[in-house]
Amino acid sequence: MNYADAAQPLASEARRSFGLRAFRRLLRRPLAVIAVVIIVFVYATGLLAPAVAPYGFNEAEFGHGFAAPNVDHPLGTDRLGRDLLSRAMWSAQTTVIVSVAVVGTGGLLIGLSLGMLAGYAGGRTDNLVMRAGEILSSVPTILLVIIIRATLQDRWTDLFHNIEDLTHFPGLVSSGAPSIVLIFGALSIFSWFGMARLVRSQVLALRESAYILAARASGASVWRILFGHLLPNLTNLVIVVVTLSLGSAALAEIGLTFLGIGVQPPHPSFGTMIFEGSGLSNIRNHPQLMLVPAVVVGLLLLSFNLLGDALTDILSPRRR
Amino acid sequence: MPGLTGYIVRRLLLVPVVLFVVSVVVFALGRLTPGDYVEIQAGSRARPETIERIKEERGLNDPVYEQYARYMGDFLTGDLGKSVIYRGADVQEVIFPRLWITLQYNAVVLLLTFAIGIPVGTWAALKRGTWLDPLAIGTFLVFASVPVLVTVPLLQWLFAVKFGLLPSGGWEAHNYLGVKLGIFSRQIILPVIVLTLPGVAGIARYMRAQVLDVLDQDYVRTARAKGLKEFVVVNRHIVRNALLPIATIMGFELSGLIAGSIFLETLLGIPGIGLYTFEAIGSRDYDSIMAIVLVGTAAFLLANLLVDIAYGFIDPRIRLSGGPA
Repeated sequence: MNYADAAQPLASEARRSFGLRAFRRLLRRPLAVIAVVIIVFVYATGLLAPAVAPYGFNEAEFGHGFAAPNVDHPLGTDRLGRDLLSRAMWSAQTTVIVSVAVVGTGGLLIGLSLGMLAGYAGGRTDNLVMRAGEILSSVPTILLVIIIRATLQDRWTDLFHNIEDLTHFPGLVSSGAPSIVLIFGALSIFSWFGMARLVRSQVLALRESAYILAARASGASVWRILFGHLLPNLTNLVIVVVTLSLGSAALAEIGLTFLGIGVQPPHPSFGTMIFEGSGLSNIRNHPQLMLVPAVVVGLLLLSFNLLGDALTDILSPRRR
Repeated sequence: MPGLTGYIVRRLLLVPVVLFVVSVVVFALGRLTPGDYVEIQAGSRARPETIERIKEERGLNDPVYEQYARYMGDFLTGDLGKSVIYRGADVQEVIFPRLWITLQYNAVVLLLTFAIGIPVGTWAALKRGTWLDPLAIGTFLVFASVPVLVTVPLLQWLFAVKFGLLPSGGWEAHNYLGVKLGIFSRQIILPVIVLTLPGVAGIARYMRAQVLDVLDQDYVRTARAKGLKEFVVVNRHIVRNALLPIATIMGFELSGLIAGSIFLETLLGIPGIGLYTFEAIGSRDYDSIMAIVLVGTAAFLLANLLVDIAYGFIDPRIRLSGGPA
C-alpha cells in the first residue's frame, strides 16, 4: 500500500507533463488552434446568451420583419421581426446544453462505464454488452429516434403535465424541458456504443499489462483498479471520442429540430432557424436568414472535426 | 471455405433477429400512441359507439401479441397499412415508388464516392511528405464536416439563385425502356454533389492508409526493381492490394446516406422516402412511420449483409469463423 502511495505523485507528475506536452503540440497546429477558438467562442456565447444577447429569443417587433442588417439588428431580423443575432446566440445555448447532456450521459456515463465493465469483466458480461450494442448499432439511429419521438411525445408531455399538477411547479412543460429530455434520452441510448467499443478494446489490451497485474497481485479492489489504474490510461481516448461526439450530438440536435421533432418552438435552435430560412423564396429574397445559422453550424462542426483529428494525431500512441 | 459459409449463415441469422427486435419495439411504441388514433381519425364528433365499433373491427381490443402477429403477418404479405397523408392510399403503394427514387440517386452517389475517393486517396498516399497530401485529404475533410443541412441551402443559394445554373430542386423522371429513371435529368446534379463530397473523405482517408501500408511491401519493391513502369506498379500492385479491405467502409457510408437523404429530400423537395418520412412525422401518420422504419431498417441490414459477404469473397484472408467481436 505504502509503495503504491509513494508511486502516486510520480505518476501524476508524468501525466501532467504529458498533458502539457500534448497541449504544446496542439498549439503548434494553427488549424487546431483556430478550431479551439471557434468552439470556445460558440460555447461561451451560448452559455452567456442571457447576458450578451441584445434581445430575447422571442422578442418580436411587429412591422419590422425581414429587416436587412442595420444598427439595431446587426444581422437583420426574421419574418416576425426577431433579431437574428440574438436568435443565433440563444440557439447556441440550446446546442451547448443538448450536446453536453447527450455526450455526458450517453458517451461518458453509459459508454465509458459499460466499455470498462465489458473489457475488464470479460466473459458473459462482455458478450451481453457487445451483442446489445451491435443490435443497436445495426439499426439506423435516426429512424429509431424518429419513431420514439413520434409515438412517445404526447404521453411524455402528459406525464409532465401531471407532475406539474402534483408538485404545483408551473412552467415545467412550457419551459420545453420535457421534449428536450425525451430527445436526448433517446439519443443517449443510441450513442453509447461507439465509446463503449473503443474503451473496451483499450481495456482488453491494458488488462494484461504488468502494472494491472501488479495492482491485482497487491490486492487492490476491482474499483481501485478500474478507477485508479485503468481510467487514467483511458483519458486520451476519452478526450478524442468526446470531442468528436460533441460535434455529432450537436448535429443530431440541429437535424432533429429541423425535422420538427427536436427542440420545440418558441425555443430557438439552429435547426429551426435553418428550416425557417430555407425554402426558395427566403433564399432568394432574404438569404441572411439561412446564411447566419448555416455558417455558424458549418464552422462549429468543422471545428469539432478538425480538433478531433488533431487530438487523434497527438494523443493516440499508435500514430506517434 | 467452410468458415465463409458459416460466417454468412451467422450473419443471415442475425438479420431476422435484429428485425424481430426492431419490429417488436416499433410495434410496442406504435401501440403506445396516445388517445387512440382511431379517436383522432374518427373526429371529435364521433359517437363512442362508433369508435368502439371501429376498434372492434380493427381488432384493437384483442391481446397485444395477437395484434402484433396480425400486423407482422400483414406486413410480410405486403400490406403495410393505410396512409393518412395520402388519404385512402395503402402505405405500400406510396412507399415503394418513393424508395425507388431514393435508391436511384443514392446508387449514383455511392458509385461516384468510390470513383473519386479511391484515386484521391491513392494519389495522396503517393504524394506523402509533400503539401499535396494534406491539401487533398484536408479539402475533402472540410466537405465531410459540413452537414447536408448546411450545404443544401448554401448551394441552392449559390447555384440556383445567384448564378441560375441548376434547378433549385424537385425530381424529374423520364421513361427509358419502360423504366422510370430520374438520374439523367439536371435535377439530380445538386443532390449528387451534396451527398458525394462528404463521402469522399472517408474513402480517400481509408484508401490512403491502405496504400501507405502496401507501399512498403516487398512485392512493390520487387515490381519496381524489375523495371516495371510506375503506372503498372501503382495500378496492378499497389491499388489492387490496397482495395481489398475498402468494402468494410461501405456500411458506414450507407448509414450516412440514410440520414442525409431525409434532410436532402426535405430541403430540395425530392419525392423520395426521405420527404415521405418528413411528411409522415408532420402529420402523425403512424402506419407510414412504422412502415418506413421497418423497411428502412431491413434495407439497411440487407445492404450491410451484402457488403459483408462481398468482403468475405474478396479477401479470403479474413477470419470469418469465430472472428473477434
